[in-house]
Amino acid sequence: MSTEITLEARKTRRRSSRRGGGPKRVPWLLAAPGVALVIAYFVAVGAGAWYSFTDWNGVGHARWIGFQNFRQIFSDHATRGALWHTLELAFAFVVLVNAIGLALALGLNKAVKSRNLLRSLFFAPVVLSPLAVAFVWQYIFDQQGALNWFLRTIGEPGWQRPWLGSPTWALWTILVVMVWQFSGLTMVLYLAGLQGVPDELLEAAAVDGATTGRRFWRVTLPLLAPAVTVAATLTLIIGLRVFDQVLALTAGGPVDASETLGTQVYKQTFVLGHYGYGAALALVLTSLVAVMAVAQTVILRRREAVI
Amino acid sequence: MLFRYTHRTVAREFVLIATALVFCIPLYLLLTMSLKTTSEVYTAPLSLPKSLNFSSYSNAWKNAGPSGMGHALFVSATMTVGSVVCLIAIGSLTAYTLARRTGRMSTFLYLLFLIGIILPFQLGMIPLYVVMRDVGLTGTVFGMIVLYTGMLMPLTVFLYTGFIRVLPRAYEEAAQVDGANLRRTYTRVVFPLLRPVTGTVAVLTGIIIWNDFFLPLVFLSGTNNEPIPVALYSFVGNYVSQWNVIFAAVAISVLPILIFYLFAQRELIRGFAGGIRG
Repeated sequence: MSTEITLEARKTRRRSSRRGGGPKRVPWLLAAPGVALVIAYFVAVGAGAWYSFTDWNGVGHARWIGFQNFRQIFSDHATRGALWHTLELAFAFVVLVNAIGLALALGLNKAVKSRNLLRSLFFAPVVLSPLAVAFVWQYIFDQQGALNWFLRTIGEPGWQRPWLGSPTWALWTILVVMVWQFSGLTMVLYLAGLQGVPDELLEAAAVDGATTGRRFWRVTLPLLAPAVTVAATLTLIIGLRVFDQVLALTAGGPVDASETLGTQVYKQTFVLGHYGYGAALALVLTSLVAVMAVAQTVILRRREAVI
Repeated sequence: MLFRYTHRTVAREFVLIATALVFCIPLYLLLTMSLKTTSEVYTAPLSLPKSLNFSSYSNAWKNAGPSGMGHALFVSATMTVGSVVCLIAIGSLTAYTLARRTGRMSTFLYLLFLIGIILPFQLGMIPLYVVMRDVGLTGTVFGMIVLYTGMLMPLTVFLYTGFIRVLPRAYEEAAQVDGANLRRTYTRVVFPLLRPVTGTVAVLTGIIIWNDFFLPLVFLSGTNNEPIPVALYSFVGNYVSQWNVIFAAVAISVLPILIFYLFAQRELIRGFAGGIRG
């Protein structure tokens, strides 16, 4: 059965290539610069992977030390914390930013008069530099900043915290900043997805007596499944790679309480000169992104198919 | 009948506008704080500035980055434009070849570009840094253009290939029947037809490069070629808690993108949505 299909596919492909070749074929030479660049990139990534098994410090010879770097990552307090924080942050980010983005998209879809203006407004932070955005929020969360001032003003001085300097809160301030900046992005992806939900279907469901909630769960959400897959995968990658916001807001502190893999790669490699160890951390980050992004896509795609 | 403007829609609109107002607080703070005096920053953080005080702006403009903010803006602009032009020139040609040649080789190369998109750059970063340091390209804008062109090539080729694959070949064939050679066919017929996706590529990669902080932090910080994000980062480090000055620097740094956004928001939003779904 399956061989039949591949044979069939191969036959059509050969036929189309013969027809599509046209009078002149495009020479491979045209693709050479682009291909050379991507191969160079892969070589660099491969070399990085090799470094991760060495104790290289940037000068002289690299010595092969097997899995020692990786053992150290999982035993060292700062890096083990960084791995855990990255996962926590990425997971919370994916859930929140998608929920809020979807809510905004549903709110702005159809009939609302100011929808174009509001859409532009919610999307604006997406194009700004994450670093600049983080500095604005640094003021908001500062000990003498806007949030604590607001809490004093509404008569709840007891709720004040040194948000960025507190081991409990530091990591979550980064989450707030990321959600604020990227909700507009998921909103736009969901708005595009909502255009594929036919009005007639929702009206038919309404006529049949389906409530708003039921229409959402049974009609809108299943039809949005492809948009969910794209938005969730994209935000997962953004979440796992987080770097700018952390460096600007807390620099990983207080006492490693908000270190992430991104900041640890930077610090170990380019600040401390532990090239081998930094490469090992980068390999952990790379594998995490690859494995989780692929796993999530497979799971969500399967759900798309079931629905 | 479901989508008429009813009193429930009014309520929904009201909630959305209220959300938008809260959402705008950071942007409001950014503008107002930069115009305040130092004492106002602490006594009245949320109120409007009593008088417009631009001294923070001149301070930030002169002192951010190794030779002022103007120079940092120039570096950022050169780096961004140079990389985007290279990406479009090389990427569109590569994608054209991949899309028009069919067969195993083409599929394999396309897959290579596809994997390149999700590969985080941190891992390749370390060997690239060493190589560029040894050939003396660290600290140069040219080195950054090479880096960005390589790193964003997978995304560019992916976007172009998707577009070219559904582009009918009839135009090219007609041009060739009329005697146009390959170069003429490409520059006069194919490339102009790619305009929508060229726009998407330019917007997407341009914003990524302009806002990027990690690469210039590693390759350019401490040199005379610090682009906006690096200049901003070191400037904020020197002016801890002087929020009016910091916010003036932040405002200058985001202004070019905000202006661009005001004029091209429709294209930008479409570019992001379309480019990412790709």
